Amino acid sequence: MRGMLRKIPEQIRRLSIVIAIIIVGVVTARYVILPSSLTDRRFHRESTAQREVAKNIVFAGATICGNCHGDQAGKKKDGFHKNVSCETCHGPAQAHIENPSTKPTAARGRDFCVFCHAYDPSRPTGFPQINPVLHNPIKACITCHNPHDPVPRETPRECSACHAQIASIKTVSPHALIGCTSCHSVPVKHKVTPRSVRPTKPETREFCGKCHGKESDRKDAPKIDLASHGERFLCWECHYPHRPERM
Amino acid sequence: MNRRKFLKNAVLFVSAAGVFRHLLKDAAAKPTAGGYDPANHLYGMGIDIDKCIGCGLCIEACKKENNVPKEPFFCRTWVERYVIKRDGSVTVESIEAQKGKPRADEPDILRSFFVPKLCNQCANPPCVQVCPVGATFATEDGVVLVDSKRCIGCRYCIQACPYGARYLHPETRTADKCTFCYHRIVKGLLPACVEVCPTQARIFGDLKSMASRLVRFTRVNKIHVLKPHLNTEPKVYYADMDGEVR
Repeated sequence: MRGMLRKIPEQIRRLSIVIAIIIVGVVTARYVILPSSLTDRRFHRESTAQREVAKNIVFAGATICGNCHGDQAGKKKDGFHKNVSCETCHGPAQAHIENPSTKPTAARGRDFCVFCHAYDPSRPTGFPQINPVLHNPIKACITCHNPHDPVPRETPRECSACHAQIASIKTVSPHALIGCTSCHSVPVKHKVTPRSVRPTKPETREFCGKCHGKESDRKDAPKIDLASHGERFLCWECHYPHRPERM
Repeated sequence: MNRRKFLKNAVLFVSAAGVFRHLLKDAAAKPTAGGYDPANHLYGMGIDIDKCIGCGLCIEACKKENNVPKEPFFCRTWVERYVIKRDGSVTVESIEAQKGKPRADEPDILRSFFVPKLCNQCANPPCVQVCPVGATFATEDGVVLVDSKRCIGCRYCIQACPYGARYLHPETRTADKCTFCYHRIVKGLLPACVEVCPTQARIFGDLKSMASRLVRFTRVNKIHVLKPHLNTEPKVYYADMDGEVR
């Protein structure tokens, strides 16, 4: 052992003593003398959070507008737009609260409402949508709809309120002028429990034959001979009554 | 320097360091101003996919509130439009470029919907793990923040985020991301995107509260999070999420 140490040159031995002293010095300085709070991350984290908290608020929040604009807020709270915040349409309003002479925007044209109400196949079904090209072009939305209490201009007629798809396809069919109740009789309870109480549907070939039979006196309806046409099948197994094919 | 002087200075230095340490300890114990204690809160957000109409007002409000550049490329929150065709192909696009333009009814759509996205404020955030300078961290109330004075703009966190929620701010040249509008929520206000959402598709709340809108949302809905296999433990909860959503 001693011999091995002797073999190491003198200068290396001295140098390693110096290096050892430096290492010990640095380690004590870092872990004993230096306060642990100097390396603590909490400080810069806290100052970051405080800097973040100090940022400017731009949107004032949904509740404060009603303090001054009570009439609009009161109108809005029962309508379809009750959950739409004022700032959704009028833009950020914190500056207006601090200094009422700076006015928030009010969307009056046709280009704002369509952000939500233009037709998009990805939108949830049932959400009110229009085709902006066909729906009263040029007219501003607010001429017919009050944005604080919007209602559809025309309340949907009874059946089409739920069966909109059938109603819209029927309007372009030869059966457009035939009312739903000409073929279906609708129990009153169907409106309360639509799935358990269902409207009736025609059950026999003779029902269609009332208009389309050879003996019928309806001039505009295409005629067939019930006895020879369609064999044993019912009419609606080949023809879709809501949109029958044109002759 | 003689030996006496060296010893004298050493004694002075050690005792001064002790006093300094004590002072720092005092400063650290000081609570944050305004009576707000982050330890009592844990924030999260719920997304009701079936309610999102893809109007894009949340993106706009976020940009106004947080000084995000106007270009569609930069955003703290964004909305994706998923279109799944009959042949099984899936297209995902950010709605910002298409904003306000009417769409035709594409006949071969099987199903289609919008998915709002933002920073998931993960409980186990990969962005924090990779930051070489410790500039990004999770606060006690569950929000991941970026210290813009420490951030060196190396973009490592932008690469590491599995949700693509971060971007490099072109003016500060530092990483920027959704903070749940930290300056608003500590004052009891809602984040700007939640504030303006017209259909209540975004629900914000405190997970530590017994009765908050978010807790109710997670109780009554079937909840899923994005990329759960990565174990990031996101705090943005999605209801009625389609299997195609990534």
